[in-house]
Amino acid sequence: MNATDNVMLDVKGLRGGYGAIQVLHGLDFHVMEGEIVVILGANGAGKTTTLRAISGMIERTGAITVAGEAVGSAKAPDIVRKGVAHVPQGRGTLPELSVEDNLRVGAFIRKDDEVDSDMDQWFEAYPVLRERKNQRAGSLSGGEQQMLAVARALMSRPRLLLLDEPSLGLAPIIVSDLFERFAEINKETGTTMLVVEQNAQLALGIAARGYVLESGEIFTEGPADELIDDDAIRKAYLGI
Amino acid sequence: MELLINRVFDGLSNGATYALLAMALVMIFKATTLINFAQGEFAMFGGFIVMVLVLEQGLPVWIGVIVGMILSAVLAAVIERTLIRPFDPADHLPLVIITLGLFLAINAIAGIVWRFDPRAFPEMFPSGNVFTYGNASLSWYTVGTMVTIAVVAGGLTLLLNKTKIGLAFRAVSSNLESSELVGIRVGPTLQFGWAIAAAVGTLGVAVFVASPVRQLEPQVMVTGLIFAVSAAALGGLDSLGGAIAGGLAIGLVQSIVVPYLGVPSELSLFAAVAVLMLVLLFKPAGLFGTAAVERV
Repeated sequence: MNATDNVMLDVKGLRGGYGAIQVLHGLDFHVMEGEIVVILGANGAGKTTTLRAISGMIERTGAITVAGEAVGSAKAPDIVRKGVAHVPQGRGTLPELSVEDNLRVGAFIRKDDEVDSDMDQWFEAYPVLRERKNQRAGSLSGGEQQMLAVARALMSRPRLLLLDEPSLGLAPIIVSDLFERFAEINKETGTTMLVVEQNAQLALGIAARGYVLESGEIFTEGPADELIDDDAIRKAYLGI
Repeated sequence: MELLINRVFDGLSNGATYALLAMALVMIFKATTLINFAQGEFAMFGGFIVMVLVLEQGLPVWIGVIVGMILSAVLAAVIERTLIRPFDPADHLPLVIITLGLFLAINAIAGIVWRFDPRAFPEMFPSGNVFTYGNASLSWYTVGTMVTIAVVAGGLTLLLNKTKIGLAFRAVSSNLESSELVGIRVGPTLQFGWAIAAAVGTLGVAVFVASPVRQLEPQVMVTGLIFAVSAAALGGLDSLGGAIAGGLAIGLVQSIVVPYLGVPSELSLFAAVAVLMLVLLFKPAGLFGTAAVERV
C-alpha cells in the first residue's frame, strides 16, 4: 500500500440513524491517504449507515474531516464536490441510462476537458463497457454493473472512495476478480478506499487495517493481518 | 370518403394539442412519477399570457408565444419551489392534492382576471388550405400543428440527450439516490422539468386556440387535460414519442371512432377515459413505456 502520513478521512463521535432510530452510537475512526480500510460487522451493525453518514445521505452528528477540511452539515451533492465518491449497496448505477451516460454522469461535478479520455480508459480496461456503451446499464450482468458503478464513482476523480458491500449478490469468482481490481486501482491511482464488507477474508486480503462494528459501536480495530488471525474475531464476525 | 379525410385531419390537429400537453405531463412524470393535474391550467394561463402579449401589447404572434412560454416556465419554477419542493417527493397523495388545488386556484384566478367569456386568439398559422380535394381539405393549421409537435419533440430530445442539465434530468428520473451521489442537486433539476413542461403546455394551448374555430377561455383545458392524461398513459407515461402517438391516437378516436359509432358527443370524453381504462387493464406500461427495470 502506498499510504502516506496524511489523514484522508477522520471521523469523531459519529452518530446517526433513520428518523427516531439511532443506529450509530459515537464512532471514532480514520483512514490514511492512499490506504484501504475495511469495516466489518454482522448484519445490522451499522456498516451501511456509517457510509451513508459520511456521504451525507442521512442526518448525522459528530465531526467528519476529509483531507483536513471539516465537512460540517453538508449534504450528498456537496460532499461529492469535496472528493468523496460513494458506491452504494446494490450497484448504484442509473439503470435506465446507457453505460456511456452512466460514466458521463459520474463526471457531473467536473469542469475539466479530460472526461472523454477518462471514459476511454474505462473502455480500454473493460471492453465489455465499450461494447455495451449504448445499452442500458440495467441490462448488464451483476458483476458488470458493479464494475460500472465503481467506474462511475471514479469518474468524479475522488480522493476517497466508499464501497458498500461490493460482493453482494455476485458469484465468488467475480468477487475475487473485483477485489483484485480494487487493489490495482488503489495502487495505480492512489485512491483511498473505505470498504464495508461481509466477505471479511477477501476484504482483509486487500486492506491495510480494519474496524469491527457491533451494534453501532467500534468493537475492535487493528491491522488487517492481525484481525485475520484473531481467533475471537474469526469465530464471532468472520464466520471462518 | 371526403368526410373521413376531413375527420382524420381534424383528429390530427386536435391530437397535436393533446400530444403537446401529454409531453408536458411526461416530462414531470418521468422524473417524479407524479401526474400534475394542474398542467392543463398552467397551459391555459400561459395561453392568456400569450393573448395579452399579442392582442393587448402588440407583440408579433410568434414572439408573443415564445415570451409567453418563457413566462409560464418561470411561473411554474416558482410554484415548484414554493408549493411542491417542501413535500416529500416519494409521498404522492399530498402532492396530488396540491396539484388538484392548483387546478382550482389557477382556473379561478384566470376567471377573475380575464372573466369566463371566450376571447379571440391570434392565428399562429396561415389561413386557408394547402390543398383541396372535393369537399376534403388539408388546412395550413393542421400542417402547422404537425410541424409544431415535430419541432417540440426534436427540441426536447436534443435538450435531454445533448445537454448537461438534460443528463442530470434523466439521471434523476432513473435513480434519485445515485443522482445525489454524483453531485446532482435534485431540487433544481426537477424545477427545470416543471419549467420545461409549463412552456410546452403553453405552446399546446396556443396551438389549440389558434384554430379559427376556437377561442380562449379559462375552461379551455379542463377536458383537454383528461384527453392528455389518456394520451400520455396510452403512450406509456415516460416516453415523449409515446405521448405524441398517444395524443394523435386519442385525437383520431375522438374525431373518427366517436362519430362513426354514433356515440353522443357528450360521451366523447368518456371515450378517452375508456381508452385509458383499456390501456391500464391490458398494457399497464403503455404502448411505448418502459416496464420498470429491476433494481437488484
